[in-house]
Amino acid sequence: MINFQYLRTTTSKSALNLISKDKNSKFLAGGTNLIDLMKRGVTSPEKLIDINHVPLKQIEAVGDQIIIGALASNTAVAEHALIKEKLPLLAMALNAGASAQLRNVATVGGNMMQRTRCGYFYDTEMPCNKRQPGSGCGAIGGFNRMHAIFGTSDQCIAVHPSDMCIALVALDATVVLSNAKGERKVLFKDFHRLPGDTPQLDNNLKADEMIVRLEIPNNNLNKNSYYLKVRDRASYAFALVSVGAALELSDNKIKDVRLAMGGVAHKPWRLTAAENFLKGKEASAENFEQAAKLAMTDAKGFGENNFKLQMAPNSIIEALTVAKSKA
Amino acid sequence: MEKRLIKDENDRVDGIFKVTGKAKYFAEYELPGLTYGVLVTSTITKGRITSLDTRAAEKAPGVISVVSHLNKPSAPAYEQEGGSAMKIFYTDKIFYNGQPIAIVVANTFERATYAASLVKATYTKDAFNTDFEKAVGDAQAKKLQGQPDYKRGIENAYQTAEVKVEEKYHLPIETHNPMELHGIIADWRTNNQVVVYAKTQGVKATQGTIANVFKIPIENIQVNSEFVGGGFGMALRTWPVEIATVMASRQIGKPVKLVLTRMQMFTMVGNRPAAVQTIGLGAKKDGTLTGITHRAFGETSVYENFTEGVVNMAKFMYQCDNVNTQYTVVPVDLGVPIWMRGPGEATGAFALESAIDEMAHALDMDPLEFRIKNDPEKDQQRDKPFSDKNIKEAYRVGAQKIGWSERKNKPGSLVDGQWKMGYGVSIGVFNANRGRASVKGILKADGSLVLQSATSDIGPGTGTGMTLIASRVLKIPAGKIKFELGDSSLPQAPSQGGSATLSTVGSAVNDVCVALKSTVAELAANSNMDATANFADVLKKNNLPSIEVTKQSQAGKERDEYSMYSFSIHFVKVKVHSLTGVVKVDKIVSVGDSGTIVSPKTARSQMVGGAVGGVGMALTEESIIDHRFGRYINNNFADYHVPVNADIPEIEVHFINKPDPYINPMGAKGMGEIALIGFSAAVANAVFNATGKRIRTLPITPDKILAS
Ligand SMILES: Cc1cc2nc3c(=O)[nH]c(=O)nc-3n(C[C@H](O)[C@H](O)[C@H](O)COP(=O)(O)OP(=O)(O)OC[C@H]3O[C@@H](n4cnc5c(N)ncnc54)[C@H](O)[C@@H]3O)c2cc1C
Ligand code: SF4
Repeated sequence: MINFQYLRTTTSKSALNLISKDKNSKFLAGGTNLIDLMKRGVTSPEKLIDINHVPLKQIEAVGDQIIIGALASNTAVAEHALIKEKLPLLAMALNAGASAQLRNVATVGGNMMQRTRCGYFYDTEMPCNKRQPGSGCGAIGGFNRMHAIFGTSDQCIAVHPSDMCIALVALDATVVLSNAKGERKVLFKDFHRLPGDTPQLDNNLKADEMIVRLEIPNNNLNKNSYYLKVRDRASYAFALVSVGAALELSDNKIKDVRLAMGGVAHKPWRLTAAENFLKGKEASAENFEQAAKLAMTDAKGFGENNFKLQMAPNSIIEALTVAKSKA
Repeated sequence: MEKRLIKDENDRVDGIFKVTGKAKYFAEYELPGLTYGVLVTSTITKGRITSLDTRAAEKAPGVISVVSHLNKPSAPAYEQEGGSAMKIFYTDKIFYNGQPIAIVVANTFERATYAASLVKATYTKDAFNTDFEKAVGDAQAKKLQGQPDYKRGIENAYQTAEVKVEEKYHLPIETHNPMELHGIIADWRTNNQVVVYAKTQGVKATQGTIANVFKIPIENIQVNSEFVGGGFGMALRTWPVEIATVMASRQIGKPVKLVLTRMQMFTMVGNRPAAVQTIGLGAKKDGTLTGITHRAFGETSVYENFTEGVVNMAKFMYQCDNVNTQYTVVPVDLGVPIWMRGPGEATGAFALESAIDEMAHALDMDPLEFRIKNDPEKDQQRDKPFSDKNIKEAYRVGAQKIGWSERKNKPGSLVDGQWKMGYGVSIGVFNANRGRASVKGILKADGSLVLQSATSDIGPGTGTGMTLIASRVLKIPAGKIKFELGDSSLPQAPSQGGSATLSTVGSAVNDVCVALKSTVAELAANSNMDATANFADVLKKNNLPSIEVTKQSQAGKERDEYSMYSFSIHFVKVKVHSLTGVVKVDKIVSVGDSGTIVSPKTARSQMVGGAVGGVGMALTEESIIDHRFGRYINNNFADYHVPVNADIPEIEVHFINKPDPYINPMGAKGMGEIALIGFSAAVANAVFNATGKRIRTLPITPDKILAS
């Protein structure tokens, strides 16, 4: 049997000490992704460090920020009054993900760290550069209906599957990481990586680090937020395309706007050009269309996912329109 | 306030067991010395095994044996010529990717799983093709007749009709995927006695297959299958992996349990075959159908042939003097398909019922009116009257319930913001069968009745239906009746399939109860009791603890005189998002015309389940293969999308509930298949009515809406 050691810790300090000692160990949070990957033989850590009892579950307002602990469950965050009121985009994105049962155990940190759902990545008999660098990319020239249209490389065209992360990148979150020596902060938009020549790396977390919390600045976007998820069935399916849209409106003028897309890239995809275009303009159908068009510069399909070239801009328009129409 | 559960006579007899976990499924039986089998599967698609290194696996902790073609446990039938080319462990040939090539048996499941990963095979590889549509289009590819060609009147009459429709329809592979994984526990005991706990739609069929493969007397084999967690057709045969498990048990002299993984469910227990179909329809301008041509290609495997009734419906469902059909099967390098709920008829109905809608549109007629206009008076294929058919009434009921009058004939007329609304209708039909079955009835002096038959219940509620039939004949409360099934030692009954169990076994139950009733009446008369006396009192008076009757029952010549079918009409309202392409089914009304409804609750559940399966077929389900490798790419429940609760709207079910005068003593016809047959076309037709987009390739996913 492939044996592994199971260790349970109750403090970040001991968790970080354990991980610094052993390269081939992994944190176990909700386990909804890690255990599946172990069962499929995609990963086989020698040690599992259970961090579920580490007290990092806080959800609170501190100064002009909202702090969310890395071990808060997806459900706890989505149902928290503070989040529903101040960051409804995040609550909506979380509720669009997975199923109620999964959200109950899945954690914020685990959600950020979940791996792609690319079928070739999961099947150890298939080529996949992300799982086995140098083996080739099965999805290029294969089944790539779910795959990326932005920021791809000839090594990998996978997407990051998270819904939550789309909201977080839109909301200018900061990720706080810690190792045994201390903490560092990374902007959420810089946490995940593009595949480039290192498709095996999903993000910039170092081997000895742990995600400890998120810091999200207060905003005035809560009235007009909407998370649109387009998928093959109404629940319990990953996004074909998703859009997080949040507007701060003054009369019908756009004072501030956030736009990010899921299901289209190896990382949560912030639509900066479209945002810049919209800022200061009327919240009108024409401007939404224009913004959607701008967002699609550089998009590229791989055959089966070509439909995203149309679905993505359509979804941007729809998300902005619904966000605007909220009372 | 205290919540009360009100029991009534129509409740599922096993409902309480199912919801409390007391229902015991095959994998839950604990046998002394039970061992665990895990399969090793081929990683190539076609070729031969050149070497199989099992040494590491054999040395791994807990491993008892590795069974493969190298050590061929005795299976005399496999030593003979003929039959399927895929004789498990009696061939080194690889016919498809994921084919079982060895079974590792260990003392725990985890150990067997690990050891299975240590078995290393090498192969010589041959060129292969898993792409069915490519094979259909390839003139060089092998093609076989699936059914004799059929012709009535003029061939291809549609081509010269006043109005003509000719279109092609595509269905992908669908995988049954019941919740319960497939498998078996096999216990080969001394003196060649074999006990199995199976997941099967037919305990007698499983018993017969095992007897045949191992050439041992049928009485030596006991098959138990009291509860089945969904079959949908995939448990209608005894699969090679089950034989492999029996072989393993024989070899090691211990009981072996095999439970497939969800991934293996895609490659070892069949699927609804992919299909490409062309329908040609011709009509006069007044809407009279003048020609129907249905040509279908269905997927099959290279090592065994599989055919089904894809083109049946075209031959009789509409009044039309000129009909021709052709059905061809095309082998590809995949596992052999099997019937999936509604089998071939569901495949055919998608094409035919879509085309009927296309023709109505071409004629600028309401599709419901068009159907009613061409509703057949008699079965033209067999030149016989229908035993019973109330389609027009079913149309009326369904149309009213769905709000058909709101529908506009011009597509795209009903708009609410970005959502476009549409209505669709289709018909489903399936042969109303009645086979032969025996039932034993034991009437006891304590007032209870036990009925026994070797049928199965794969979920529809067989025990409930049988109990209700008996209860009505003998006037005994349902609570006093026990129906025993799922045990090969009980009186003969056919496998549960083709919507025939209620009709077949139910008739035998009826006959047994009638016989018991007359026996009791005789006893009463002999002992000078009133003819209305309670049967328990009659037995007591006669000092009889119980009386027993066994009856065999089967159809008579009424089947030669009448054409017998069950019908369903499906009405669907959908909305389609014009920007995202998302289709949402907004309302479903299904009307069943299948004779007497014996068991109203479970009958309704059948229709509801069929509608859910139909939504899956229409909108979400598709098994996807990477043809470069011949491997499935979405073989799990995250990626193979069965509908979830959020996909399913209110489902209204109505029954015509009029006895068929000829089919059987209950006047009841089967309805498991009709619940699904035709449904996908109703959705596609509604999508067209909403958007003007005609999607002829299932499933109708958002990308297809945007692309058309
Ligand atoms: C069937 C299915 C459907 C799903 N559908 C969706 C969907 O629609 N949308 C969506 O967004 N998600 C979906 N998910 C994914 C789900 O959101 C993730 O599995 C979940 O968020 C992972 O969280 P976890 O706590 O269970 O992580 P785990 O599985 O415990 O861990 C995942 C990874 O994160 C690492 N990790 C965990 N916590 C930390 C930390 N604090 N610091 C550093 N590393 C850490 C672990 O070591 C591991 O490598 C689905 C999952 C399944 C199984
Ligand atoms: S897209 Fe990335 S994850 Fe998928 S097969 Fe290619 S390399 Fe692997």
